Parts: sequence; C-alpha cells; structure tokens
Amino acid sequence: MVNENLVKDVVKEPYKYGFVTDIETEKIAKGLNEDVIRLISQKKEEPKYLLDFRLKAFKKWQKMKEPDWAGLGYKQIDYQDIIYYSAPKQKEKISSLDEVDPKLLETFDKLGIPLTEQKKLTNVAVDAVFDSVSIATTFREELAEHGVIFCSISEAVKNHSDLIEKYLGTVVPASDNYFAALNSAVFSDGSFVYIPKGVTCPMDLSSYFRINSGDSGQFERTLIIAEESSSVSYLEGCTAPMFDTNTLHAAVVELIALDNASIKYSTVQNWYAGDEEGIGGIFNFVTKRGKCLGKRSKISWSQVETGSAITWKYPSCLLLGEESVGEFYSVALTNNLQQADTGTKMIHVGPKTKSTIVSKGISAGNSKNSYRGLVKMGTKATGSRNYSQCDSMLIGDQASANTFPYIKSQQPNSEIEHEASTCRISEDQLFYLQSRGIEFEEAVSMMVSGFCRDVFNQLPMEFAAEADKLLALKLEGSVG
Amino acid sequence: MQSKMKESDPILEVENLFASTDNLPILKGVSLTVYPGEIHAIMGRNGCGKSTLSKIIAGHPSYNITNGDIKFLGENINSLEPEERSQSGIFLGFQYPIEIPGVSNLEFLRVSTNARRKFLNKEELDTFDFEELVKEKLEIVKMDHAFLSRSVNQGFSGGEKKRNEILQMALLEPKIAILDETDSGLDIDALRIVASGIKKISNAQTGIILITHYQRLLDEIKPNYVHVMSDGQIIKTGESDLALELEAKGYEWTDNFIKET
Repeated sequence: MVNENLVKDVVKEPYKYGFVTDIETEKIAKGLNEDVIRLISQKKEEPKYLLDFRLKAFKKWQKMKEPDWAGLGYKQIDYQDIIYYSAPKQKEKISSLDEVDPKLLETFDKLGIPLTEQKKLTNVAVDAVFDSVSIATTFREELAEHGVIFCSISEAVKNHSDLIEKYLGTVVPASDNYFAALNSAVFSDGSFVYIPKGVTCPMDLSSYFRINSGDSGQFERTLIIAEESSSVSYLEGCTAPMFDTNTLHAAVVELIALDNASIKYSTVQNWYAGDEEGIGGIFNFVTKRGKCLGKRSKISWSQVETGSAITWKYPSCLLLGEESVGEFYSVALTNNLQQADTGTKMIHVGPKTKSTIVSKGISAGNSKNSYRGLVKMGTKATGSRNYSQCDSMLIGDQASANTFPYIKSQQPNSEIEHEASTCRISEDQLFYLQSRGIEFEEAVSMMVSGFCRDVFNQLPMEFAAEADKLLALKLEGSVG
Repeated sequence: MQSKMKESDPILEVENLFASTDNLPILKGVSLTVYPGEIHAIMGRNGCGKSTLSKIIAGHPSYNITNGDIKFLGENINSLEPEERSQSGIFLGFQYPIEIPGVSNLEFLRVSTNARRKFLNKEELDTFDFEELVKEKLEIVKMDHAFLSRSVNQGFSGGEKKRNEILQMALLEPKIAILDETDSGLDIDALRIVASGIKKISNAQTGIILITHYQRLLDEIKPNYVHVMSDGQIIKTGESDLALELEAKGYEWTDNFIKET
C-alpha cells in the first residue's frame, strides 16, 4: 500500500559503478586444465614451489564436489567457460605511476580511488587490483621506512619469497573447500602485507578490487602477517561493471597474528548484484580466515556486504594463542533477488580466548539472507568466552531471513552466549518519521542505519560514512 | 458560529470529509474550520473517528479519502505526502508516540527540524547550532538533556513520550497542531508542564486542535470551540462550556443529538 509507484521509480536507480573500461587486455583462452595453471604460473614467473602448490590444489579440486549445503539457488557454473587470466596490456616494467595507462588511472578515479601522486588519498595506502593484476600501490616508500611491506602478492612472490613459502596456505589449506582449492590453483593477484615486530602501521592499508571483463573470473589472494606486538588496519573495497552474465569471484584471504599483534580487516563489498529480475551479478564465494597464533593476539573482521548476486562467506578466527581475541561484525543487506549466506566461525583452541559476533542482516525485495555461524570450544579452551548477537530486519513481505547458529563445546569451563532477534520496519514507524517532515526514503535509511549502528561503530571513520550512504542507495525503493 | 466574519483567512478547512480504511467507512462527512489563534477541542467516545480525523489530516497512508477536501492555507492537500504536510506546517502529536530503536533522538529532531527549515527557506542547522536551539526548547517541556542521546521514544515513560511530542512541536513551530490525546496517561504535574508548553508555543498565528476525553486539559487550555464527534460526524459544536456540560452529563447525553448541519 505504501507508495507503490515511488517504489517502482527508484528501484531503477542505476548501479553507480556499472561502467566498463575499454582497454586492451591480455587474456588466455577459456577453460581450466593443468596447462592453464602452468601458463598462469609462467606468466607470473613463479618459483617451482608455487607451481607445485597450484598443481596439488588443482588435483584436489578435481576430486571435490561443489558444496550445496547453503541451499543457494543458482545455475550450475561451467568452469570450462571461464577465463582464468585477464590483464590490461601495459609496459613490461613500470617504474612509476606515470607509466600506468591513463585509462586505468581514470577508472580508479571514477571509483573514487585516485592513485596519482597529486590526488591520492592522504591517509590510506591503496593497492589497486584490476581483473587479474595489481595496477599500483601507493605510499610504498613511506611504508618501507617503517619496515612495512605492502605490495601485490605477485611482487611478494618475487621479492619476499621466504615469507610466502612459509605462510601461504597455512591458514586456509588448499584442500579446505571447493572454492579455496580452485583459488589455490588459479589465483592471479591480490595484496600482501607484512608488519614487522613492534610496528604500528602508520596508516590504514587498503585494497580495491575491480572486476572489468565479463567472462573472466577473479581469484585474488590476500595474505597479511602481523609480527609480534604489531598492529594494522586493512580495508577492502570491491566493484564490478554490469553484465547480464554471472562472474565468479572466489578469493582467499589469510591473516596471521603473532604474540600481542592485532589485525583489523574491514570490507565494503559492492560487487554488481544483478538486476531486479536477478539477471547477472557476481557470485561471491570467498574464504576468509585468520589465525591468532600468538598469545593475546587479536583479529577483528568487520564487513558490510551489499553487492553480489550471491554471497557465500564466513570470515573466521582460529583462536590458538592464550587469551587471543576474535571479533566479527557484519552487516549484510540483500535486495531484489540477491542471496547472502554469511557468518563466521570462532574456533576456540587456546585457553582464555574470547570472541564476539555481531551480525545484522537486512533483507528487502525477494531476497534471502542467512546468518550461518559456528562457535566451537575445544578441550583446552578453559575459561574461554563467546558472545553472539544475530539480528535480522525484514523490509516488505517477500524477503526471508534465517539464522543458523551452530554451537559445539567440548570444554565445560567455558561460556557461550547467543542472542537473536528479528524485526520489521513497520508502517507506523515510517509514518511517524514522515509526519515529522522526513522523506520516505530517508526514514527507511535512518532506521536501517540505526539497526546497524553497533557494526558501523566498528568501521574505520571514512568507511562508516561510506557504508551508511551505500546502504541508503541500495535500499532506495525497496519498501513496498 | 463559524460563519461569522473573520479578519484573516482560515488555516485549516475540512469540508464534508468522508474516509475509509479497508473499505470500512470511518469518517462520514466531517466539516471543521480553524482560524489563526483559535483553539478547538474535539471530544467523543472511543472509536468515534477523532484519531482517524487527525491521522487523515497528517496524511496517514492507511486511510482513503472517499469524498470531501482538506485545505491548508487555502490549498487542497488531499494528495500531499505526510512529510510535505509536516514541512509546510501541519503537526500531529501522537496519542501513542512510536519507538524507533537505534535512531538517536537528537539526530531525529535535527533532521526533522531541518526539513521544516528548508521549506521555510531558513538555513539548515548543523549539530552545534541545533544543540543550542534544542537546549532552549527543552526548557519549555522541562526535559533533561539526556533524553537527546537516547533512541527515539525507546524506553521513555508515557509522560516522557508526550513531552517529547511537545518538544517536537516547539522545534517545528507549526501553523496548526493537532494533539491527539496528549493528556492521556499524564499525571497532574506532567499535564501542567505539557499544557503550559502548548500555550507557550501557540500564538495568534497558530491554530490548535485538542483531541481529548477529559475536561482537565481544557481547564489548563481554554478552547474557543468544542466539537462532539459520534460515528464519524461532528454532532454538536459549542463553546468551552459544552465540555463542562459533557463532563457532567456523559456521552449518553449526546446520543440524542441530531446532527447539526
């Protein structure tokens, strides 16, 4: 009954980042086999151990079955119809940003991520990834002065091979799951961060992932290592053009925190979600996991998931070190025919470990939004605690929200607390705000951001404002 | 009585209004005209259509106007959105103010006030300037500053919710305020605070409609006119002594009235 026409008008609000950059790319042929993997590895001039890592993963992947337990509905993916390597053509060796194709710089400019010396963001170092490769990383010298390494993972393979060999695949083993195995076999680029002992990273680090071509998958790999008593805040943003085909994005992120180290990992995911009929959009099948290896180490995930046709991700923490801390703060918003199945796993292994989960799911339109999480207390996790809070908000009467909390405790001397709630934006609430002069759309977004407040408070300042705006934009016209 | 010559134009004119919800007729021909400086009281049994009339004037989407017009400052507002009505100066004080979890009262009041100011071509207020303004207005309803940092109406007592309504009225400075049972659920002290707040905010340019069951609010704020509603119609209009008579004789007394046209 509420403003039917208004709803129809604004639903057509275009996806702001849906443009395609017309640039000459180097692509390999569609399809996946051992030769393709060898070719990717060769293009990246990788050492043998890495090629072996890939081939082993590929063998495992071939024996695995695509998971279906999440109950997501989508057309079967033809893995032979995907391009596994696509890179914009540019000069062999680029020594400065001035040599980067202006079209690429322009693309990132349009996305609000200026990279050039004059315009670059002043308080954040950015690694910009375009399809399969990293284009540029800002503030490298400044960071190097503090011993911080921030570069693409391809460069890290060349320049910091010892670290890669030591840590790659130690948090998310190649055989972990179907999509992690696929990523391990074909990953192209991504970011690498190393914070040395005792260093607090002087600025936020950020990766911006851009999918440009419609027929290639994106398989990035991120590895962050925080040595003893170091800390870092890392942000990740994602967008893609609008295509009527589905693009596969299967990333792996691994975090390692040693004694007293802390990693804060924030994501604002706004991949193209498909249109109102559910045509097109990104399949976002991502494995993210952090290992609190050291005593009193801390890993905190915060995510704002608004894009993608399907999101399937569970940023998790393995709490090994005594008194280590894991956190997961999530806002997942789905509209139209989007599906999100997201949550976390908090695996308490060490004693006196602590975890907090705050999940806010908002479902509008005909979308499906599920929280799925596991809290596990191992036999040695004495005196460990978990607190989980999962809230769902329904907008309209066609959307669905589910909560699947799994709890396993093998340690009687530990505490697990779980709270859950579901609410709906009522017509009376909307009328109350409207009768105070607040426009319909603004009233909805005020209530949604009120609902998400606990999570937004965890985001870095610049991100929090952006997240608020993003939710408002995504929700336009969703209340009917 | 309302046909006598007035010096200025009416603020609100409700003309032979019929309205329904889910095809159920609620209002069956209501007419009411409010001039600047006037205070009108509407009384009547529960379910007689008083609250519905107030919601329809404010633009509630659940009701359909099937016949008649609502004019505000001479313009027909039948098809205006609720927010447009508020911005242009119509205020509805809710009988049951709604709780909005997570939205800070201060921010809500600021956005609301700015929407009205924008309409009036006044400069919109940033957080600091707004704090100054709201501090002043809090005095009127004797509310503590701490109310501002809480979520809108959440966990407020009945009296606090009503005072928060009057605070909003003070900030929005409406041309006409329709106060739906603002006195219900208030103790004597709170009633005095609310009543004196309403008096401070209103002036010779504003109109007020008080919807109430009780004489005690009308002791504090003396109405120019009292209307009695029954079954979706105004069946009797009189001056303030009508309310006293009603209090003494009860609504049964009104059952015998023939609709005054």
